[in-house]
Amino acid sequence: MDFQVVVLAGGTAKNLIPLVSKEVPKALLPVANRPVLSYVLEHLEQSNLKDLIVVVEGQEAAVLVGNWISGAYVDRLHVEVAAVPEDVGTAGSLRAIAHHLTAKDIMVVSGDLVSDVPPGAVAAAHRRHDAVVTAMLSSAPVSGPSESGSSTGKDKTKKPGRYNIIGLDPTRQFLLYIATGAEVEKDIRIQKSILRAVGQMEIRADLMDAHLYAFKRSVLQEVLDQKDTFHSLKQDVLPYLVRSQLKSEVLLNGAPQAEENGNQKVNSQSNQVTLSGILANASTPNFHQLSGLGTNGSTRRTHKCCVYIADNSKYCVRLNSIQAFSDINRDVIGEASHLSGYSFSPQNNIIHPSAELGLKTTVGPHCMLGEGSQMGDKCSVKRSVIGRHCRIGSNVKVANSVIMNHVTIGDGCSIQGSVICSNVQLQERVNLKDCQVGAGFVVTAGSDCKGEALAKKEK
Amino acid sequence: MGAQKKGATRFSEEPEELARVPLQAILLADSFTTKFRPITLDRPKVLLPLVNVPMINYTLAWLESAGVEEVIVFCCAHSKQVINYLESSEWISHPNFSVTTIESHNSISAGDALRLIYERNVIHGDFVLISGDTVSNMSLTQVLKEHKERKKKDSNAIMTMIIKRSKSSPIIQQSRLGTDELFMAIDPNTKQLLYYEDKADYSKGAICLDKLLLADNPSISLHNDKQDCYIDICSPEVLSLFTDNFDYQHLRRHFVKGLLVDDIMGYKVFTHEIHSNYAARIDNFRSYDSISKDIIQRWTYPFVPDVKFFGNSATKLERQGMYRGSDIVQSRSAEIGSFTVIGNGTRIGNNTKISNSVVGEGCTIGSNVSIEGSYIWDNVIIEDGCKLMHSIVCDGVVIKSGAVLEPGVVLSFKVIIGQQFVVPSYSKVSLFQQPTKQDSDEELEYADNSSGIVETSSMADTVDKSNGQLTSELLDEECGPTYELGTGGVGYIWSICEGSHEEEWRHSIAPIPADKLAEAMQTTDDDLELLTQDGSVLPPSGELKPDSNYSDDNEDPRDDSLYFEKEVEATFLRAVHENIKEDHVILEVNSLRLSYNKLFTDCAGAIFYSLMKLALETPHSSPSELCNSTMDVITKWKKLLKSYLTDIDEQIEVIQKFEEVCLESAKEFSPLFSKILFHLYDKDLIQEDAILKWDDEKKNADEADKVFVKQSEKFIQWLREAPEEDEEEEDEEE
Repeated sequence: MDFQVVVLAGGTAKNLIPLVSKEVPKALLPVANRPVLSYVLEHLEQSNLKDLIVVVEGQEAAVLVGNWISGAYVDRLHVEVAAVPEDVGTAGSLRAIAHHLTAKDIMVVSGDLVSDVPPGAVAAAHRRHDAVVTAMLSSAPVSGPSESGSSTGKDKTKKPGRYNIIGLDPTRQFLLYIATGAEVEKDIRIQKSILRAVGQMEIRADLMDAHLYAFKRSVLQEVLDQKDTFHSLKQDVLPYLVRSQLKSEVLLNGAPQAEENGNQKVNSQSNQVTLSGILANASTPNFHQLSGLGTNGSTRRTHKCCVYIADNSKYCVRLNSIQAFSDINRDVIGEASHLSGYSFSPQNNIIHPSAELGLKTTVGPHCMLGEGSQMGDKCSVKRSVIGRHCRIGSNVKVANSVIMNHVTIGDGCSIQGSVICSNVQLQERVNLKDCQVGAGFVVTAGSDCKGEALAKKEK
Repeated sequence: MGAQKKGATRFSEEPEELARVPLQAILLADSFTTKFRPITLDRPKVLLPLVNVPMINYTLAWLESAGVEEVIVFCCAHSKQVINYLESSEWISHPNFSVTTIESHNSISAGDALRLIYERNVIHGDFVLISGDTVSNMSLTQVLKEHKERKKKDSNAIMTMIIKRSKSSPIIQQSRLGTDELFMAIDPNTKQLLYYEDKADYSKGAICLDKLLLADNPSISLHNDKQDCYIDICSPEVLSLFTDNFDYQHLRRHFVKGLLVDDIMGYKVFTHEIHSNYAARIDNFRSYDSISKDIIQRWTYPFVPDVKFFGNSATKLERQGMYRGSDIVQSRSAEIGSFTVIGNGTRIGNNTKISNSVVGEGCTIGSNVSIEGSYIWDNVIIEDGCKLMHSIVCDGVVIKSGAVLEPGVVLSFKVIIGQQFVVPSYSKVSLFQQPTKQDSDEELEYADNSSGIVETSSMADTVDKSNGQLTSELLDEECGPTYELGTGGVGYIWSICEGSHEEEWRHSIAPIPADKLAEAMQTTDDDLELLTQDGSVLPPSGELKPDSNYSDDNEDPRDDSLYFEKEVEATFLRAVHENIKEDHVILEVNSLRLSYNKLFTDCAGAIFYSLMKLALETPHSSPSELCNSTMDVITKWKKLLKSYLTDIDEQIEVIQKFEEVCLESAKEFSPLFSKILFHLYDKDLIQEDAILKWDDEKKNADEADKVFVKQSEKFIQWLREAPEEDEEEEDEEE
């Protein structure tokens, strides 16, 4: 029982409507014809993290996810699926499953993360620093406005620059400040005390919180217990830990044993000890390291908030918006093709052997055609994913789009930059540009849509 | 304009001419503070000896070695002394290095000084701005080159500040230089300065950076571990900026911050960090102490006592950092410890111990004296058995036998300490009486709290002119207060002003006592706790303390009118109780209207509401009584109400307000609605048109809303018929 992994698979995220529905929770959205959750699970498996708890919001969604997991991974992974009520937030989810958590360290991963950054490296960084929390950061994605940290569904009317604002120490190993760009009203408020201890802080706006955290279990549980208003890991728990890192340290210096239970009380004796410690260290040049987040000096090695910054060459995106969904689908069969786990044909695309193509139909590179799909004559597919058992008529153009399973497309349709969910029927000569079509919807012949979301009315 | 013109010409002939402009420096021989009082009452700060050499010599020697060709020395306080000193020194006759002076008697800040220099039109290109209390050995070539290149690319890059790495902990910073904590934000790539906060405000536990900074730069470095050397490379625009912004006084607090905040002009300040060189400024007694030690320990090489530069006399370096001048008469039994400087012609008696101290020239030190960490200037007489700890003793002081100076004592010129007298810690002793409070307040007008201003010129002048006489006079006259310093002592102990008490231990040369350190630690701890608690109470947005302004803004639209009504009511009640004239009330309400950005209709509603409230508060037992009192009130304040009821809209507003009052706040009025409405009509306050229009508007309203319309039905009916009568009457008249 080394690391226990909690995968927060979410439920039916509101900001992904109409892509998600009761039948398809967020975790099962297809990325290159595989549920997005499989990327996380297999990724964890590669790092030999096989003891997983998948937390799903909503009972029905949990059943769906559970069925899929037991079908796909029954022999490979030890997965427990837990259902939590909707809208409990990420912190609430962890609270709900707290009794399952037993290992010394907990890794919390968002179920929508598509990445090739080894989680093992994060775990190692966490262990190396004996940190309370380690967060994985990656470069903010450049493609599209796939803003980070918008999983709670925010309006898109705000100005750009809604990245995470992250403060790092000069060695870029420790996290000193974190805020979501969108939530900072005007000023960034940096605690002077932390700055004093570190001396120099680097504030970055070009990093994204990848929602992969390693927590020390004892601390995490304590925080969750004591702060019952905390709703989100990212917005409450993590900032709280970051904010209080020095204070906790003050405490722990005086009483090293307090590590497990004390973030709250300060006794005067510990202050004395700290003071003398600081005075004694005053002459050493790397005092700030000692006091702040030192790497030497064993008495100070507690409550550290660390970061693991993913290499720029690594792929790391979260599927938390419709734009991100399209981007990820494109990337996984495109530049980040090693993630998909498929082997590409010499034409740099994947066409399932059972798929049938009509005459003069071309499927370009970076495309995928799922099992049993049929295409008529004179079709063209570019940089798109087409799911299983789709029936596509003649003279259909598909570009930069995602088409899920069992979709019927009539002759002469043109689909660009759109997402078509399962069981959709497009009648003849439908023209879609930048649209999302919800599951089971029927688009009448000759429709011409631009930038719309088409879905059945929810009952 | 001169400098700008110059700038322009320089620009056109840049390629060949730029290199030929001699490098200039402005040396402010006045720090415009009072931190070195009372010593600076006698002698300007720049002439105070630092390891037996007047401070200004360190600055000038460095400028000379760094390739500056022309130095403009700005003298203000004790200007004559500075000018005389410079004229008699070797600097005046130095080849390739010209020192000119500018004298001013009424400058009270660096800003004033720079404005004056601008007027004199003596600066022709980039210049080094420095104060005369700076010790450095850095080379300027690199930073000048950087500055020029930046300036060429971006004409808004007008200043480069020299910074130096220091220890980050505030405690260490204070214990070293005694300066305030400094927070800076610097762009790591361009080294542009983005934020500067030098006066740590302990009440604020956080730094606020504008979010927009991050919009332009993907990353920012925040520093607490840098120290400002107060050496600036400036372009000529800096001077004109000081002239344009005549309220700039302080170089950092006003000028630098002004530039950072002002984004219209877009001027930029850059930083240059020095790593291996030395640069520091003597800001207070504590930095005097630390920098003296640095000099003794040779960090400032080549400006050290045993290397001959300007103004020092030959000393010899011996083991363990001991520097000894010539002609020292020292008893065999005297022990002189490490890192000590003894000046020429000093005599030291038996069994005397001196360590970590500087002793000037011509001093006489008796037997069994112990001197520790002290600075003893020239011609001081210390009699037998004295004990000096961490003190500064100025020229001509006599310390009689057995006296003790506790840590942090400063003895100004020619003070005499009586036998066996113990001078308490942190005392400052001078022959002058402490200037009165009034005086200092006046001075402090421009600079904020901690940075006082130089001695008022009148006082400085008297001191200048008649220094000798004055002193003797004082000696003659002021025998009264001698008991202050023991038998035979002469001088006044300055009381510590309340405000600066806190500063005392920080700025003194005495080591910081442990309890103060603990206190400082506690403060930072408290800070931390405060924040953490705040954080935990916060709504789950995750941000620190929500800005109070922000929340106000949010509620504004809703609460504003409430506040407005309250204010109007209060004004009105005051008018009632204090019998204020209606005109005045109208004036006040109008000003409220403007400040809350309201309309006349709002005023009318609010005043009517106040009237009703007043009537309601008048004691009454039955509805009819209430009705009467209401009518009284209305009659009494008719004029006031009338002035806001010129328009039909305002009248309708009053009626609606009345409905609201009846429905919500004062149900007692509801049966009286029509009566009072009639009264209002009767008093000509509300025109019939308004009532009729109100009635029309209500026609389509819900039944519930029509209660009062129904109640006044008869009245309205009557009104509707009345006009016809009027017309008839008019007809008849015609």
